[in-house]
Amino acid sequence: MTREIVIKTEHLTKRFGDFIATNAISFEVYAGEIFGFLGANGAGKTTAMKMLCGLLTPSSGSASIAGFDIYKQSEKIKKSIGYMSQKFSLYEDLTTLENISFFGGIYGLSDAQIKSKSEKLIGQLGLQNEMKKLVGELPLGWKQKLAFSVAVLHDPKIVFLDEPTGGVDPVTRRQFWDLIYDAAARGITVFVTTHYMDEAEYCDRISMMVDGVMKELDTPQNLKSKYNTTSMDDVFFELARGAKRKAD
Amino acid sequence: MSDVHVENLVKTYDGGQVKAVNGISFAVEKGELFGLIGPDGAGKTSIFRMLTTLLLPDSGKATVTGLDIVHDYKEIRSHVGYMPGKFSLYQDLTVEENLSFFATIFNTTIEENYHLIKDIYIQIKPFKNRRAGKLSGGMKQKLALCCALIHKPSVLFLDEPTTGVDAVSRKEFWEMLKALKAQGITILVSTPYMDEATLCERIALIQSGSILSIDTPQNIIKQFPDKLYSVRSDNMIRLINDLRTMPEVTSVYSFGDHHHITLRDNNLDGLLQELTEKGHAAVDGKPIEPTVEDCFIALMKNANN
Repeated sequence: MTREIVIKTEHLTKRFGDFIATNAISFEVYAGEIFGFLGANGAGKTTAMKMLCGLLTPSSGSASIAGFDIYKQSEKIKKSIGYMSQKFSLYEDLTTLENISFFGGIYGLSDAQIKSKSEKLIGQLGLQNEMKKLVGELPLGWKQKLAFSVAVLHDPKIVFLDEPTGGVDPVTRRQFWDLIYDAAARGITVFVTTHYMDEAEYCDRISMMVDGVMKELDTPQNLKSKYNTTSMDDVFFELARGAKRKAD
Repeated sequence: MSDVHVENLVKTYDGGQVKAVNGISFAVEKGELFGLIGPDGAGKTSIFRMLTTLLLPDSGKATVTGLDIVHDYKEIRSHVGYMPGKFSLYQDLTVEENLSFFATIFNTTIEENYHLIKDIYIQIKPFKNRRAGKLSGGMKQKLALCCALIHKPSVLFLDEPTTGVDAVSRKEFWEMLKALKAQGITILVSTPYMDEATLCERIALIQSGSILSIDTPQNIIKQFPDKLYSVRSDNMIRLINDLRTMPEVTSVYSFGDHHHITLRDNNLDGLLQELTEKGHAAVDGKPIEPTVEDCFIALMKNANN
């Protein structure tokens, strides 16, 4: 069975002066896969993710995202992906509905599409009573669920999630993963970073960055067998402990 | 006598519309390592800011080292160390300049209390001439801790020191806290990470401005109301969806490579057999001891009902 490849990088590298933030990483991500992108602070995750989103030009190496070249077609890449981080979620002084139409418009959806998508999304999240409330008034957990739904509003090929569940309560954290599974089941590839090792278990495959290099890439099960342990925590410790770089 | 005493503390914002802290009471003993465990928006930062005299409560009372947080605010400030969640040192001063600045405003010197910070400062000393803004996250955190300690506070408040920090660095940070506790400093630390709860002597689980439970982590775990089981199979997503539809399953949550469930009649064998009949392969289940996160979820559900 050949699986559709939506992210393919070869020796992707980013240097800042004589510092090599991301050092020749090569990997592939398949359509509909939940791909965990792990590593200690300073391992080079953010730099790599910025390159994959078309926001930062690599120093060398190549990559294609959703079939588009990372050097020449970064604008097309941006239209084919969704992005959500823990920090920037949505415009707090716009209402729920206004945020949905705003981002829908940015992603080039028609008014009719925005209307039908908004209704569906509001229904799914149970936000009927909050449609006209300012997003700033919503509890953090709801904001994060709404931000995720907005990030996949335009049915992107890939959605990038940068620590989406940081600081979220334990019930909402799990509801958030239900949304991730739904998106993956609809064929959206999910590329996610997290500091919660239980969440690493929910990924189809996990990569581990150490000092700018991709040290491991495998299923959680295979990684645990390889490191002869029953918990992803141990795998992480084993790999990150050897890291020389410490940064943010 | 307790070092921190809080009674019915209330804090609201936006003219009473946002209830950040909703009548909270607790006490922390001298030399104790006490954790406030809860998600963002639970009220942790508001509590810390009131106890460090940076914010006035709407109502309620609190004392820190026996001093009232409203009337004796000036005196309290020389007895507490505070490390805010957001990095708040002077970015354009060097490591050493920041430290000597904080020592000076508290009428002391780096030398006088060096023994308190030595183990931590030694790790950033090679960069003492670097501007604080140019430090890595881990080094900023160590410098902030040194600055909070340099005037030898009796009580140390650490607001989410490990948020966004990777698992290895988090472990190192907790080692530093243990060493400080050994020096007799009372420590209040807040965290959204449930797995850090067991590193505290006592914890308050907090959600939406109210305390769900206060006790030792061991006792909180003992008070879990049901028998808890972990189950797994070869398809965990299908498994959780099926478990959610089964009437005998009273709760089900994912915990990494297992799902944690409670059962109406505690008939695990019956459930496992039913799952096999539904076509699940490699079905496995066993009774387990709850984690603090299991307890938090159960208490949250109670509070919402």
